Amino acid sequence: MAKLPVQFRLNGSDRATFVDPSSNLLDTLRRGLGDFAPKYGCGQGTCGVCTVLVDGEPQLSCLTLAVTCEGKQIETASGMADGPNLQPLQEAFMDHFAAQCGFCTPGMLTAARALLARNPNPTRDEVVEAISGNICRCTGYEPIIAAILTAASAPGARRA
Amino acid sequence: MATMEMRKEIFADERDDNLNVIGKGVQRQDMPGHVTARTRFFDDHAFDGMLHLKVVRSPHHHARIRSIDVSAAERAPGVKRVLRGADVPVNKNTLLSLINFGKDDEPTLAVSKVSYKGEPVVAVIADSEAQALAARKLVRVEYEQLAPVFDVEEALKPGAPVVNETYPGNYFEYHQRFDHQKLRFGDVERAFAQADMVIEERYQMSPIEHAPTETNGSIAAPEHNDRYVVHSCAQGLFFSLGTTAKIVDLESNRLHFIGGTVGGGFGGKVDSLTEPLAVLGAMLTGRPVRYVLDREEEMLYGSPRGAERIYVKDGLMRDGRIVARSIRSYFDAGAYTRLSSYAAIKCTAHLPGPYWIPNVSSDVYVSYTNRCPSTAMRGFGVTAVDFALEVQMDRLAEAANMDPMEFRILNAYRDGDMKAHRRVAKNTALIECVQVAADRANWPLSEQARRASSLGGGAGERSQIPATQLDARGQIGRPDSRSGPPTQVLPPGTMRIPLSKQPIMDGARDGRATPTQVPRYEPQPVAPPPMPAYQPGSQAYQPPPAYAPPPAYQPAPSYQPPPAPPAPPPAAPSQHGAVRFSTVFGTRRR
Repeated sequence: MAKLPVQFRLNGSDRATFVDPSSNLLDTLRRGLGDFAPKYGCGQGTCGVCTVLVDGEPQLSCLTLAVTCEGKQIETASGMADGPNLQPLQEAFMDHFAAQCGFCTPGMLTAARALLARNPNPTRDEVVEAISGNICRCTGYEPIIAAILTAASAPGARRA
Repeated sequence: MATMEMRKEIFADERDDNLNVIGKGVQRQDMPGHVTARTRFFDDHAFDGMLHLKVVRSPHHHARIRSIDVSAAERAPGVKRVLRGADVPVNKNTLLSLINFGKDDEPTLAVSKVSYKGEPVVAVIADSEAQALAARKLVRVEYEQLAPVFDVEEALKPGAPVVNETYPGNYFEYHQRFDHQKLRFGDVERAFAQADMVIEERYQMSPIEHAPTETNGSIAAPEHNDRYVVHSCAQGLFFSLGTTAKIVDLESNRLHFIGGTVGGGFGGKVDSLTEPLAVLGAMLTGRPVRYVLDREEEMLYGSPRGAERIYVKDGLMRDGRIVARSIRSYFDAGAYTRLSSYAAIKCTAHLPGPYWIPNVSSDVYVSYTNRCPSTAMRGFGVTAVDFALEVQMDRLAEAANMDPMEFRILNAYRDGDMKAHRRVAKNTALIECVQVAADRANWPLSEQARRASSLGGGAGERSQIPATQLDARGQIGRPDSRSGPPTQVLPPGTMRIPLSKQPIMDGARDGRATPTQVPRYEPQPVAPPPMPAYQPGSQAYQPPPAYAPPPAYQPAPSYQPPPAPPAPPPAAPSQHGAVRFSTVFGTRRR
């Protein structure tokens, strides 16, 4: 099958690769470009562990064709930290023990980041709604909700 | 407390005794990796030339395999290798064979028949996942469907379809002969006859899928030093290494397992579901091979917590004392053993729950059905029976017209109580737990219940082993010594096991004997009676632990040993790995 070229900005860097027309963004990021932050959990858009930002909007990369991302801004959890410095959201996840096995964490952080970017002071209900597409089997969600609410009230949270 | 003291002694020169972390949050060492997405799970590794393995699975619950045709799949684009059962060096295994427990019963790739929907039959290895999936569709397997059995009790009836040829009775054979785990303490039947009320209920659990967000999988690759590196999701990395080494017939030092980072396990990643085929693929292709279950496979093939059916029958006095508890329980192992054999042992060890009951009887079966094999999950073997017991306790409390908290305090174990397993209860704290729970919930307790303590009341009659009634087969968890045909009617749902070996008995009981008078509990096990065929204490020969008489069954002083006890049978052939080591498996530490 003939491969197609695709170019986009990934976490601020220009990246280019060739993909099968049927390739999804998840496999392209992981196997093509070596960004292992988004995970495979279900392959059918139900678990949220593959969540990435496409032009600032959270999207399920397992259901996104790679070729549709031409020229877009893609952001994953591996690009969240500001160099060696963690974002308040990341620090809040650490402080609240909002990760246990860590498998849902990149997707969870990405969904939370999108929420705080459009709504810096969310209510608890809004937080719950924002992560409702992200399944966590370890924490029971409460530490995650607490972390996101804490990050929202932290100074500098808007950077997220 | 005793445990605590002992540890203090053992680690006295290694520990800082200021206990300065209790009550404080300490950061997990893996947290920075998690929040920066730098944590590497098994699938987060890149290899040049990595191949992808996909498995053809049985579409039937139970079927004979008539033929397998892989020729079209082998010719498909990108396909590097197609594996069948004959390609697997040791194509039969059981997980606990690493500790010599149970017979090898599960093939890596099915050869002659399939026993559950989703059972692996053929593996296809190709350059890309898409090519492997396309080639998988070209494998032709001809099946002859067989009648399935899905119910744990139906499976044990005579004439039921044989699920697992290794265990033709559809039950796990403990020590090659017992169809269940048995517990007998006192005389439940007599106690039922004398109880004010007898309450019997049936409890049925469903199988539960762990559903980790990361599905099971592994990547195996040839390493530069003639080893294979395996990135694995395994919860028990060395367990998985040993299992893989056995199945692919490789010395374990040629396997380099890397893991410990598990994307959710909960017990569902102890089965080595993918590692053996990934390593075999790497061995046969010389390339890295990735085998990851998709979500549907995780549901079909990844073991669940086994469903259990539990019958609880209790004898209750009007004042709230439970005087007898009889339990019959069936673990649904699915088609193969995996860890269900261990679950039933844990279940039996847990009975009758944290309560002192003077008459206890239980029969716990592991039953094979045409379902996905079940395995470990968070307290497996105990959680389901605890559910049954605690619901039962509420029902009993209601029947006795008592507060459920007070009812538990009344019946709880206290220090010094003799447990049904003939061990003295120590460090008991159920009474205190209930008191604290009641306090926190503002649940009113009577003065008497508030004053109750686990530290008192466990002596006297409660610390004795009662005269124990043999069951209908003349057994207390030991071989039937009768030679003639049985005359008694079996309890419903049970069956007789023909003896394959002459049993070794420490007593002259013949099954019609009166209830054995058991001596009072003694903490130190007494040496077994001498047997001419071996030297007690000899280093060269250890009698098979299954036949070793437990200390509690030492004959009463009046007992005369039989003139010529039969010679002990040869030790069971070692399947693989280490010696038996656990009290849990019916063996004794020496």
